[in-house]
Amino acid sequence: MEMQDKVIKLVSEATKMDAANISTNTSFVDDLNLDSLDMVELMMKMEDEFGVEIPEDETENLKSVGDVVSYLKSKTN
Amino acid sequence: MIATYSDLKDKVILVTGGARGIGKSICLALAEQGAHVVFNYRGDEAKAAALKEELEAKGGKASALKFDVTDYEAMTKAIDEFTKTVAPISGLVNNAGISKDTLLLRLKPDEISQIIDTNLKGAMMVTQALSRNFLKAQDVSIVHMSSIVGVMGNPSQAAYAASKAGLIGFSISFAKELASRNLRSNVICPGFIATDMTDALAEKAKDEYEKSIPLARFGTTEEVANLTCFLLSRASSYVTGEVIKIDGGLYI
Repeated sequence: MEMQDKVIKLVSEATKMDAANISTNTSFVDDLNLDSLDMVELMMKMEDEFGVEIPEDETENLKSVGDVVSYLKSKTN
Repeated sequence: MIATYSDLKDKVILVTGGARGIGKSICLALAEQGAHVVFNYRGDEAKAAALKEELEAKGGKASALKFDVTDYEAMTKAIDEFTKTVAPISGLVNNAGISKDTLLLRLKPDEISQIIDTNLKGAMMVTQALSRNFLKAQDVSIVHMSSIVGVMGNPSQAAYAASKAGLIGFSISFAKELASRNLRSNVICPGFIATDMTDALAEKAKDEYEKSIPLARFGTTEEVANLTCFLLSRASSYVTGEVIKIDGGLYI
């Protein structure tokens, strides 16, 4: 599975939002109504899935699904 | 008499400052429940090994972690290593504390820092270091060992009282922050409890103190440990953000 599809799948599972409605442009706060604690938990799931560490201060810059995909690609390549 | 809470069996609980006084009684009471007791120690390897053995003799598991709550880097490393390689922690007793009794006008800035750094910031940092682990654990309960002095005030204990009152503000905020994840955070405020520290008091001073306590005696560390076990257990599952005095009626 492509990185992007995996990320969308995890976001879909965490938010109960249909994966078909999630794209790289989807904003965690504006579209999915995640609060800061939801974000911490979601990033922890990403860390477990992809085996990378996402520092807390980096999380602030990850506003959309696409941001997370780009960040993970930069860390796993 | 130590009450038994069956859900504490195998629960992994970190007690800071567990080597002596109230902390040690809490470790022993938790070991009686069959909990996996994790305690930290600062330097005395032999003493830590002896306590670990004493706890294990009660049938449960015990782990000793070497760290000082004011050494954030070493503390985080020790806690991370434990939660990742041994077991997730689902109970925490922020008990480590120091005091320096003197009038405020004699208290040196360094002494104020030491007291706040250990009693308040230390508790906050240990809790922070465990926060990610708590998000993955079940039935998380945190108990902060404050003091009756934190709500009542006491001459010559301004910094100590400030640090203990600070724990209350910290606990109620953290209780709100993670309540949606079913995490609970509560505060215990012990009054006069018989420990090595109070044993050192002159008999005359002890008599004076006892006169001010409606139940007319010092409390025991076991009584504080009982309340701690209750708050760590699911028996208190609807109690969070609470501040409980255990002082024989001293501050009514």
